[in-house]
Amino acid sequence: MILKSEHYAALAGSANVGVNKWRFLLESLEDLDTSLRKLDSRLFVVRGQPAEVFPRLFKEWNVTRLTFEYDSEPYGRERDAAIVKMAQEFGVETRVNNSHTLYSLDRIIELNNNSPPLTFKRFQALVNRLGLPKRPLATVTKQQLDSCRTDISDNHNERYGVPSLEELGFKTHGLSPALWKGGESEALDRLNKHLDRKAWVANFERLRINICSLIASPTGLSPYLRFGCLSCRLFYYDLRELYMKMRRHSSPPLSLFGQLLWREFFYTAATNNPNFDRMEGNPICVQIPWDHNPEALAKWAEGRTGFPWIDAIMTQLRQEGWIHHLARHAVACFLTRGDLWLSWESGMRVFEELLLDADYSVNAGSWMWLSCSAFFQQFFHCYCPVGFGRRTDPSGDYIRRYIPKLKDYPNRYIYEPWNAPESVQKAANCVVGVDYPKPMINHAEGSRLNIERMKQVYQQLSRYKGLSLLATVPSIQEEAEPPMIDESKAHSSSGLCIVRRGPGRPSCREQRHAPSPRSSAPVPPPQKRARETNSSTR
Amino acid sequence: MKRGLKGDDEDSSSSSEGPLETRKRELLLHILQYLPLLDRAYASQVCRSWNEAFHMPELWRCFEFELNQPASSYLKATHPDLIKQIIKRHSNHLQYVSFKVDSSTESAEAACDILSQLVNCSLKTLGLISTARPSFMELPKSHFISALTVVFVNSKSLSSLKIDDTPVDDPSLKVLVANNSDTLKLLKMSSCPHVSPAGILCVADQCHGLRELALNYHLLSDELLLALSSEKHVHLEHLRIDVVSENPGQTHFHAIKKSSWDAMVRHSPKFNLVMYFFLYEDEFGLFFRYETPVTHLYFGRSVSKDVLGRVGLTCPRLVELVVCANGLRPLDEELIRIAERCQQLSAIGLGECEVSCGAFVEFVKMCGRRLSQLSIMEEVLIPDHKYSPDEIHWEVSKHLGRVWFPDMMPTW
Repeated sequence: MILKSEHYAALAGSANVGVNKWRFLLESLEDLDTSLRKLDSRLFVVRGQPAEVFPRLFKEWNVTRLTFEYDSEPYGRERDAAIVKMAQEFGVETRVNNSHTLYSLDRIIELNNNSPPLTFKRFQALVNRLGLPKRPLATVTKQQLDSCRTDISDNHNERYGVPSLEELGFKTHGLSPALWKGGESEALDRLNKHLDRKAWVANFERLRINICSLIASPTGLSPYLRFGCLSCRLFYYDLRELYMKMRRHSSPPLSLFGQLLWREFFYTAATNNPNFDRMEGNPICVQIPWDHNPEALAKWAEGRTGFPWIDAIMTQLRQEGWIHHLARHAVACFLTRGDLWLSWESGMRVFEELLLDADYSVNAGSWMWLSCSAFFQQFFHCYCPVGFGRRTDPSGDYIRRYIPKLKDYPNRYIYEPWNAPESVQKAANCVVGVDYPKPMINHAEGSRLNIERMKQVYQQLSRYKGLSLLATVPSIQEEAEPPMIDESKAHSSSGLCIVRRGPGRPSCREQRHAPSPRSSAPVPPPQKRARETNSSTR
Repeated sequence: MKRGLKGDDEDSSSSSEGPLETRKRELLLHILQYLPLLDRAYASQVCRSWNEAFHMPELWRCFEFELNQPASSYLKATHPDLIKQIIKRHSNHLQYVSFKVDSSTESAEAACDILSQLVNCSLKTLGLISTARPSFMELPKSHFISALTVVFVNSKSLSSLKIDDTPVDDPSLKVLVANNSDTLKLLKMSSCPHVSPAGILCVADQCHGLRELALNYHLLSDELLLALSSEKHVHLEHLRIDVVSENPGQTHFHAIKKSSWDAMVRHSPKFNLVMYFFLYEDEFGLFFRYETPVTHLYFGRSVSKDVLGRVGLTCPRLVELVVCANGLRPLDEELIRIAERCQQLSAIGLGECEVSCGAFVEFVKMCGRRLSQLSIMEEVLIPDHKYSPDEIHWEVSKHLGRVWFPDMMPTW
């Protein structure tokens, strides 16, 4: 495992941002090391840049074969291509195995006329055709390790040991214990409990959300899938076998694997798109004129919006590293098209730091989805930062748990403390504007404006001129039509003719947001593809 | 002096052009029209005749000024040099103009600055569009008004005007009317807080060609509806009304008489009435008490079962319905009633609501193929003894005559 120095640089003085993520990773490495010890082996964690480390180790250890898991993400593919080339130069054989996803993503793309499916239903149909994924392999045995041993030196821990949080620049004094413990052992334990719970519930349907679902589940598995502590195929087959056992061998519906398939969907969508995690130059992303407001972004990220539902969610996220998917919808909608009208890219970056299961593909894809920038166009589906919270947890206990300042507020006002009469605020020992922030936006006004903005954007895409409230647009942005209208059409209700800039034009704009550490290959102009319609409304 | 549309082209050689030259020019024009602006600019560097072609009046009839500041937007702005050039060489060619501004005051100021210079323009269309927070509202009102008035006074043939979220006021509307009453067909001015019902009434009284109007509920009055239905007035095509609450329990809505709506329907039987509601649940008391000719109905906040029940009873012309949220009690009866009574309904969207599967299938069956848009979140459908969520899409698809699935959100 190679820990790059730029990771250290990013962390220096960063006020423990991302501590949960790093702690999880380090715990996973420790767990792997412990498991290997039982087989008389050890984990070697090497510090440095791949370009320097690999050549050195190839020579030092007389490496003959290099194997690693295939990384489908655009950045990973580029990095790995360089490593494979290096290995070739040294005469080292490379073996790359696909195990992070259920299927070969290239196969899925091939089945779909060489383009990734942009609707989940289409994706499910393709997966159906592929049949079952490959079975997971058994765990590695001592015999297998015996044939490829490396000497373990006395100072192994100093040279190749798993780093500590302190070594990476984190302050661990006063750090609360992790709710999500990293590592394969923990993952397998949770998997068993997860399956037990499903069996006990005896039906496999989606349960309605309540406060219990909002709190971190002891059987939650998403971070373990992300970090590779749990094999997605193991999870798949265990679920399948349980279902067949309980339902007398009937084949499980695809919906049973919802979590795994969503993950696969986003991985497929991202693999060939180096600009998947940004708006500019991303052929599947609608170009929305988001506002740029660092102050507002900070309030959201730090849970100081003045909306207890949003603030509680962001607080749980920061403290623990996981939030329920409906909570994610709520805060993502609030940041982007619901209220603040800020770019989904900023939200994605915050989640990247704080959320344990946020990997490149799923994080970027979900943010685009939730902000109606790609995959999903029904922008009227808006989550109210007061109402949605109240309907999800009428008891208000979730708020009280993560915002203790508000614990003495009665249920009636806990989701909107600014509406409570002064007497109530004083009795609760928490006055809005003094002890707890005022709401940073008027939601009714904000959502009214934002619906208009979204409509403006979508009207230009779909070229309809009617009043339709539900703008149905093709999933893929098309080239602009010629701008001129003739005189006789000047009276149409949209009344406006504008010069449109072709959306496929290679961008000559400089990036205004912080440059991502990944190199960006030049963007090829999007090919004209066959229209893929949104199957849910046609 | 008002300039004619064709009188001022810069193309002095047209009278001495042979037919071949004319054809070449037309062809070049036709091709250039398909190019985005930047590509046209590159083309103009090729040779003198292409450079002249770049400045052909026909290519400058439409323009959209994009005014953004790096600190407040990710998008690039129209280059200041280009703006200068347009004002210098093409302002009298401009006919269809829009301004897109971001949330910074500087952008709104820049827009006003350009507006004030459009003295030789004879605009047909003007749109002021805020792409994020409405920055026009942050300008000193007089500054905005005087810039806008330049256009009103000079254009005299404005047919379409979009000035939502701006500080336009009654006196400036009078100026608009005084100069453009014969030509005005479309006026969108939602959320213009400085306009009063009297101000908009003046527009309706004088601009008899008005076909499309968008405003906030507080500007609506019986007199306005009657003015729009007067004999002199053309048939109205679209009327959009935003009903927005200021603070819970503090907004007072005035009533509109049923007879005023009836007059509208008699006068313009095909008109679309679009209503957007952003109210708290308990502020709907005044609405849906009698037959209302609304065709497109949007509830942006939680709306009660009771109100949705009333909608079914009072909105026979309903074509589209969107409900963002409802308290979590199933809307079974209300939906069935809407299917029964709203025979024109062709599009429906349900957000955070609940409907039992059986009632939902019944609803779709009653609407049948007229439902061209059906947008329901997966979580809306509650399984019952009749159908499970997995089975329901087949039933619905059957009745709709096409493949249908509910909308989904990623569960990760």
